Amino acid sequence: MNDVVLRVQDLAVHYTVYEGGLLRSRERTIRAVDGVSFDLRAGEALGIVGESGCGKSTLARAILGLIRPTRGRVLWLGENLTELDEEALRRKRRELQIVFQDPLASLNPRMTVGDIIAEPLWTFFPKIATVQVEERVRGMMKMVGLLPNQINRYPHEFSGGQCQRIGIARALVLNPRLIICDEPVSALDVSIQAQIINLLQDLQRKLNLSLIFIAHDLSVVKHISDRVMVMYLGRSMEVSQQEHLYRRPLHPYTNALVKAVPIPDPRLARAQHETGLTGDMPSPFNPPEGCVFHTRCPYTVKRCRIEVPALRRMENDDWVACHRAEDLDLSIGKQAKLA
Amino acid sequence: MAMLEVRNLQVGFDTPEGEVQAVRGIDFDLEAGDALAIVGESGSGKTQSMLALMGLLAENGHASGEARFRGRDLMKLSPGELNQYRGAKIAMIFQDPMTSLNPYLNIEKQMIEVVMHHQGLDRREARAHAIEMLRAVRIPDPEQRIRQYPHEYSGGMRQRVMVAMGLLCEPDILIADEPTTALDVTVQAQINQLMAELRRSSNTAIVLITHDLGVVAGLCDRVLVVYAGRVVEYGTVEQIYYQPRHPYTRGLLASVPRLDAVRGAGLNAIPGNPPNLLDLPAGCSFRQRCAEAFEACGEEPALRDLGDGHLSRCHLEPEQ
Ligand SMILES: Nc1ncnc2c1ncn2[C@@H]1O[C@H](COP(=O)(O)OP(=O)(O)OP(=O)(O)O)[C@@H](O)[C@H]1O
Ligand SMILES: Nc1ncnc2c1ncn2[C@@H]1O[C@H](COP(=O)(O)OP(=O)(O)OP(=O)(O)O)[C@@H](O)[C@H]1O
Ligand code: SF4
Ligand code: SF4
Ligand SMILES: [Mg+2]
Ligand SMILES: [Mg+2]
Repeated sequence: MNDVVLRVQDLAVHYTVYEGGLLRSRERTIRAVDGVSFDLRAGEALGIVGESGCGKSTLARAILGLIRPTRGRVLWLGENLTELDEEALRRKRRELQIVFQDPLASLNPRMTVGDIIAEPLWTFFPKIATVQVEERVRGMMKMVGLLPNQINRYPHEFSGGQCQRIGIARALVLNPRLIICDEPVSALDVSIQAQIINLLQDLQRKLNLSLIFIAHDLSVVKHISDRVMVMYLGRSMEVSQQEHLYRRPLHPYTNALVKAVPIPDPRLARAQHETGLTGDMPSPFNPPEGCVFHTRCPYTVKRCRIEVPALRRMENDDWVACHRAEDLDLSIGKQAKLA
Repeated sequence: MAMLEVRNLQVGFDTPEGEVQAVRGIDFDLEAGDALAIVGESGSGKTQSMLALMGLLAENGHASGEARFRGRDLMKLSPGELNQYRGAKIAMIFQDPMTSLNPYLNIEKQMIEVVMHHQGLDRREARAHAIEMLRAVRIPDPEQRIRQYPHEYSGGMRQRVMVAMGLLCEPDILIADEPTTALDVTVQAQINQLMAELRRSSNTAIVLITHDLGVVAGLCDRVLVVYAGRVVEYGTVEQIYYQPRHPYTRGLLASVPRLDAVRGAGLNAIPGNPPNLLDLPAGCSFRQRCAEAFEACGEEPALRDLGDGHLSRCHLEPEQ
């Protein structure tokens, strides 16, 4: 594909943590991201879902060079970002922007909302006229659903959802080509969430913006994504076209996720009791041998405990990392009708 | 008399631009074992109304009204007296885990101090209890993890630690402010199950603040819908989901993304923004965004009983 804008190849981020007392401290490694690969095309929206702690935020930060990866490459328009120095990376951020997960913590508490949103403009265009900045900032505030007359207020005076909108306005202010949204709407209530999703979708189409959309809400991800990647313990389990993933997932973990989506209907919700998944999430210090999902998978066979399944291509350019993908039929027909 | 009776709760904030009327009169009752959902627009006052009950408003905030817990008005207690209720009788799980966990203390310190203070356990017992709670919220390897600091946890794990801390003292009322917002669905399902169990086994009353109408449907009996600091609709989950009466509630239900939706169709977002709380428009506060607004809406509607305890604050005649 020649319209691929971002190519992530075998990307890995390992954290070293020290634990224990002063004398008997020991070093342990968390493989937060461990060999993730995917392509993203111009104007495409890729959703990333997966259990809390599976490495989604780490992956996002590694793609933008906010964390140096342990291994692998990130090719943006053919150029390997992992080899750039800080200054060159900083310049790239005009094209690559991120909206962070933790709304309040990611905004500078001592800056006004107006200054927070304007900061990237000043950084990249130091000579820009003040009136122009103010006009642009007010426009962005309106676009994301903030009242422009709140321009001189501080982050702590806003609710959680309002802070998230400030972060989105800031990310959009430079007209980037790729936006990574790390759970951008999870703090928003649905009526505004719907506006923001429609807004992102709109911008994406209009500006041919590429989007990586990280979320734990599968219904939201479904709405916005062309393709969806499912992660578990730092690895990618499945990367499929959105229509396929929700109708007939290839991976047992995807299946469990889709089945656990809460149904906004009291009678159906009360009937929906099993989550399909048993057991605890394994410790990231000590991931299971073989398939990392085998301790919770209802379809585990002997081979799964020994051999790591590779991410391999199936029909229609859908990808899966499961030994048994061919013999399992995980159609969601029944749930889909229920929902 | 209900276990908790909240009457005409109001919260305002002084700002250089004037007074922000964040909560403008909220009423509800809570019995032991109840599960009440509070849903509503971002900024509608859900968090601040609960913080007011707990005596935890910011310095520029002030509250009025009544909140009788087993007959005692929490709003009239001294900070010291309130401290005895907080955590032990009424616990709150906060929306933003990073701002409510102390980044300089490891999880163990933060958890056992609470237990030792309120339940009089010694350090060893408190630690064992804390580990048990971490295991209950599915923190893997709790004996190891308890020694780590908040920044070493993922966002979702920090939220689970907050849930564990809320449950530590087995409170009578658990106020959970978006407790599973940062969590993926399988863990979310487990935590909701945990809260449902707690409710059954210890008759704990739950106040769940959330925007996830899917979770509300599975966990709660009654729903309080708030808009611009006021209750606009109140009813059982069946009444709210199957016969929503207020146009805002209807809009809310229509904007929920659902798994069975057709992609590309776009969501039915409610147009516009919530009103400016510094300068509230006259009349119904939903008027600027309401597709059904008519002349009468220039007057503020009262909260009307539509029968069977189903309340709605709207001038539209209830259709039969
Ligand atoms: N700075 C750090 N030092 C050590 N470990 C870390 C650090 N940041 C993250 N981790 C660990 O790396 C793993 C992946 O974390 P990450 O924040 O990427 O997960 P996530 O998928 O974004 O989770 P969530 O959905 O909860 O936000 C987790 O086990 C986490 O505890
Ligand atoms: N310290 C403060 N000073 C001024 N205004 C404040 C302050 N704290 C909160 N507010 C305002 O009070 C209103 C209610 O805030 P609250 O946090 O209760 O909203 P919420 O319903 O919990 O929203 P969300 O769903 O986004 O969390 C908001 O409009 C907010 O901007
Ligand atoms: S490889 Fe085996 S354990 Fe892993 S998902 Fe497939 S069937 Fe389950
Ligand atoms: S009172 Fe009028 S404006 Fe308000 S919700 Fe009802 S119809 Fe709409
Ligand atoms: Mg994250
Ligand atoms: Mg809140």
